[in-house]
Amino acid sequence: MYPVVIFFFLLINWIVLSGKFDVFHLGLGVVSCLTITWLSQDLLFKDRSKGGRTRLIEGWMFLKYVPWITWEVVKANLHVFKLAMTRRGYEEMAPRVVTFNTYLKTDFAKFVLANSITLTPGTITMLIRGEVFHIHTMSQFLEDDLLTGAIERKVAEVFEPEVLPGK
Amino acid sequence: MSYWFAVLMGASLFTLMIPVVYRIWVGPTEFDRILGVNVIGTKTAVLLVITGTLFDRVDMFVDFAIAYSLLNFVGAIIVARYLNRTISLKEMEAREKKSRA
Amino acid sequence: MIILQIIGILCGLVGLVFFLGAAVGMVRFPDFYTRMHAAGKGDTLSTMLMLAGFGLVTMEDFSLGSWLLLIKIMAVVLFIYLTSPTSSHALMRAAFEDDEMPLTEKDLKKSRRKAKETK
Repeated sequence: MYPVVIFFFLLINWIVLSGKFDVFHLGLGVVSCLTITWLSQDLLFKDRSKGGRTRLIEGWMFLKYVPWITWEVVKANLHVFKLAMTRRGYEEMAPRVVTFNTYLKTDFAKFVLANSITLTPGTITMLIRGEVFHIHTMSQFLEDDLLTGAIERKVAEVFEPEVLPGK
Repeated sequence: MSYWFAVLMGASLFTLMIPVVYRIWVGPTEFDRILGVNVIGTKTAVLLVITGTLFDRVDMFVDFAIAYSLLNFVGAIIVARYLNRTISLKEMEAREKKSRA
Repeated sequence: MIILQIIGILCGLVGLVFFLGAAVGMVRFPDFYTRMHAAGKGDTLSTMLMLAGFGLVTMEDFSLGSWLLLIKIMAVVLFIYLTSPTSSHALMRAAFEDDEMPLTEKDLKKSRRKAKETK
């Protein structure tokens, strides 16, 4: 099932990027997408044991995750703007390094968590070693969201609902 | 109207790039310089779309913008890897122990 | 479509304001890691807003070609969304492993006191 999904994914990509709908160009697209699917079908979707239903739920949860992260990006930009442009914001800047352990297991979930931490206000992921995250923060009061694990819980709801604590 | 909007946006983007160029010129460490180059590269993708609006060929210039942002990302990763003095895990733990003591 | 054009122009101007914040932050902030905050965050949103604004401004009719164009511009935005945090993390990690220690609150206070004394 997975090769078919990858083939249609690549074909949609081809159609958007080429923008031509005659038989010659579509035929070229089908041939090259088949070749790529045959050559590198084990590149995407690492864990093949999950069924189609789980994947669909994952995709739906991820779509619900996108508006939240976009709002966080807007807040992060307002925070940077305040620190850069006003004198009071510059005075309250207090950088330091925070370390915490995560309970996420797969690499992809860790990748999404690290990118989300980078996009939320006042924090950037500095170094990941195994389960330990080193994070550089700008202001004191913005760490609460991070250290209580709100971002981590959001990511775990999307990708690994089985490891959520308190369930 | 879209023509003058494009001209105005391009001019102000160029003006706002001057502080970033200052950071590339002065930058105390080499990482500051790569950071400035990265920011300017991202903004160049926007400038390519603006140029497409001026010539009325946005469909062509968007492809250039995709390729340029890809090259920009790969360049940043390569320079970061090149400057990275990869230290072993053992040495790093020793360093952490020293800083804790 | 005049309404779409006005929305696009507003998006572009807001993106320009955020890029101003990022550029000023890159000059004013005290060390590399704090500059990384300004560059890594201000870049993402301002690029997204400007590209979306231009996508709306150039959308004259609702034909298939203009929809494809909008989707392509959104593909650039998605790509930048994915790669900008990754490249800033790579640079951060390279700097940290290169013995470039981040400033702490104590250092900042010390430098502020020194600046006041020289006044």
